[in-house]
Amino acid sequence: MKETSTINRRDLLLGASPTATLMILGAATTDSAIAQAATTAVHYVPTFFTPVEWSFINAAVGRLIPSDGPGPGGLETGVPEFMDRQMELPYGHGAYFYLQGPFQPDAPATLGYQLRYTPRELYRSGIAAANDACRTAAGKVFADLAADDQDRFLSSLEKNQVQLSGPPAAAFFAQLLENTREGYFADPLYGGNRGMAAWKWIGFPGARADFTDWIDQAGHKYPYGPVAISGARG
Amino acid sequence: MAEKKKRADAVIIGYGWTGAIMAKTLTDAGLSVVALERGPARDTSPDFEYPRIIDELKYAVRGDLWQPLAKETVTVRHNLDEGAVPYRKYGSFVLGNGIGGAGVHWNGQLWRASPEDLRLRSHIEERYGKNFIPEDMTIQDYPVTFEELEPHFDHFEKVCGTSGVAGNLRGEIRPGGNPFEGTRSDEFPTPPLPPIYVAELFEKATAELGYKSFPQPSANSSIAFTNPYGVRLGPCNLCGFCERFGCFLYSKASPQTTILPILAGRPNLEVRTNAYVTRILRDNTGKTATGVLYIDEDGREVEQPADLVVLCAFQLHNVRLLLLSGIGVPYDPVSGDGIVGKNYAYQMNSATAAYFGEDVEINPFIGAGAAGLRIIDEFNSDHFDHGPHGFIGGSSIYAGATGGRPIEQMMTPPDAPKWGKEWKTAIRKHYRHSAPIGAQGSVMSYRDRYLSLDPTYKDGHGLPLLRLTFDWHDNEYKMAAFSAARVAEIVRVMKPEQQATLLMRPGDQYDVRVYQSTHTTGGAIIGTNPSNSFINRYSQSWDISNLFVMGASAFPQNIGYNPTGLLAGLAYFSAAKIRDSYLKSPGPLVPA
Repeated sequence: MKETSTINRRDLLLGASPTATLMILGAATTDSAIAQAATTAVHYVPTFFTPVEWSFINAAVGRLIPSDGPGPGGLETGVPEFMDRQMELPYGHGAYFYLQGPFQPDAPATLGYQLRYTPRELYRSGIAAANDACRTAAGKVFADLAADDQDRFLSSLEKNQVQLSGPPAAAFFAQLLENTREGYFADPLYGGNRGMAAWKWIGFPGARADFTDWIDQAGHKYPYGPVAISGARG
Repeated sequence: MAEKKKRADAVIIGYGWTGAIMAKTLTDAGLSVVALERGPARDTSPDFEYPRIIDELKYAVRGDLWQPLAKETVTVRHNLDEGAVPYRKYGSFVLGNGIGGAGVHWNGQLWRASPEDLRLRSHIEERYGKNFIPEDMTIQDYPVTFEELEPHFDHFEKVCGTSGVAGNLRGEIRPGGNPFEGTRSDEFPTPPLPPIYVAELFEKATAELGYKSFPQPSANSSIAFTNPYGVRLGPCNLCGFCERFGCFLYSKASPQTTILPILAGRPNLEVRTNAYVTRILRDNTGKTATGVLYIDEDGREVEQPADLVVLCAFQLHNVRLLLLSGIGVPYDPVSGDGIVGKNYAYQMNSATAAYFGEDVEINPFIGAGAAGLRIIDEFNSDHFDHGPHGFIGGSSIYAGATGGRPIEQMMTPPDAPKWGKEWKTAIRKHYRHSAPIGAQGSVMSYRDRYLSLDPTYKDGHGLPLLRLTFDWHDNEYKMAAFSAARVAEIVRVMKPEQQATLLMRPGDQYDVRVYQSTHTTGGAIIGTNPSNSFINRYSQSWDISNLFVMGASAFPQNIGYNPTGLLAGLAYFSAAKIRDSYLKSPGPLVPA
């Protein structure tokens, strides 16, 4: 990737944090470097997720945005931490949704979400049901499956090809993927996107929000790395 | 027993754009005014300050400036036979909340309607014959002309520091503007910003195809500007956080940045926030409004008596409040009788995504809600011969996204994986090099598309939710297919490596999960007499002469433009008549 080296040089010159630098270098080098970054970067004890659920979340995030190949993965950028912290906020408790009954889950899909679950409830029952399904099919919980099998299982959730004992598989998967992407791309203040690694990967300048000097330069590559709401520079 | 407040000359329900316009007019005239706003107080500082407003998750995804759906939403069904279910999570449209309303987190795309949009039925019948209009299509003329509204459009554009180029200045067609627009009395108050890169590519492609592109009329001021009220706006810097956010730069026009500063401190104006109006009260004749009932922030029921009631809430809420108050005859889609809730309409949009090579630097994060965008209007309103195409309406076609916020505005081709290693590769390859070209399309009104109270679901106070009965009709599928084909042609000339078109095809139902447009219209429509409308040309209730209703609830059908310019024009037209005639001699302004 010819542009990767450009970004690396710039980030090093701008004095990226050690963690971020490690990740950027990892992104451009080998899978083992990434794995090392992942194991050194994640120190977080979940509040909402139980140990079994935490294993599931980490395994799932590790497949939805894997650490192998170019680009930062969901684990080393803190996506599981983001998700756990979101569950403790009003969002996790369903405060943003209308959750009064009666519930009509069989309404046409085009009429939108019709389940009674808050995000917390969706994870709690969805993870348990998904692990049950994995145990029945393969004798192991999701986190203990081989990566390829995890991918296949996630894919079957996405396509609603698994009958879960709790929520519909596709609804659970949609929640999982939505929060994973949020954690990857949201401002680091929420616990994910550590070191603004996801922003650097795609070339989004984060909270800079000032392009006055670029109004007359349409078509020229914007040269600056991201800043976070905290003022951190990437 | 409700606490009864001291009588006011006027009470305003909802303190967004039209509430601010009416508050100014009525307090200028010396009236004592109480404005009731359901949401919290908000202002540029501290609520929209940099950098904390630059938070995609908080504002664009969770929607912290929007109406909390947990307490009140709407229900939706596609047709009369289907059961309605709640709109539980935001998708298709977003509702404003708090001072400034949706005028805080809009894009600032500030349009006038086309002259023929305001006399649509007559115009279509004259040009194409009566049979061109399907039997179940209930479109009608506005009882007010473009020429009558023009001074008010012009004034509002100045209030907003609007940037643009006049295409028709006092009858002279001018290069660089919209040649299809109605005659303007004056130039835009501020010049346009240069095009963002995708808009520049669009300018070239549309010129090659013989179309006349022009800058999006933009209520994102391009320069430091002082509006007619003496309020200062600042230049837009294309920050990319416009739509769904408050503006930290005082550039995007909102009630806060244009009108409210001069109202602050007026002794004859009291603004009460967190005041949730539940009913418009009437005397025992039912013909005179006596005030409103609301629930205050402590949960107490309060009565606010007033001689004049001005309903300035969002379109859907206007209609719900009329229905909750038992005002007017609810529309019946079977008999076609009744008025309140009639002619609900929406917009039907389509878009083509252009995926360029890695040498094309789109810089999608450099953008704004309106500034820097470019448009063509060849295929909107009746700017082209609809005869061969067999549909009514059209689309404005525009280049560019309002930002490149990665959670919601990431563009990858439809065949790219949605997760996994390949997704990481796809987002890197496409993020900085992709852009959408969109078509904002009209939706006509129909006999079976309407608003009513839901029989089952309630708000947090136990009051019925509003129910939307809505789906697409053949006319709109045809309009969208035609518009999307024009967009796809333009994008082909822009020569991306790959392109993909998204549009609703016959059989695709209205899908509330996907954001489409917050331009919901109708339900308390404007017309020539009480049998075809709820309000007269001055937005005055036919039945209750001291009740006025502002906003897009007046639109008899929808247009292929954003609604704010038109609804503000109607509000200023009404305000002038209230000031000049009604206050001197209260009573019906148009004989029924």
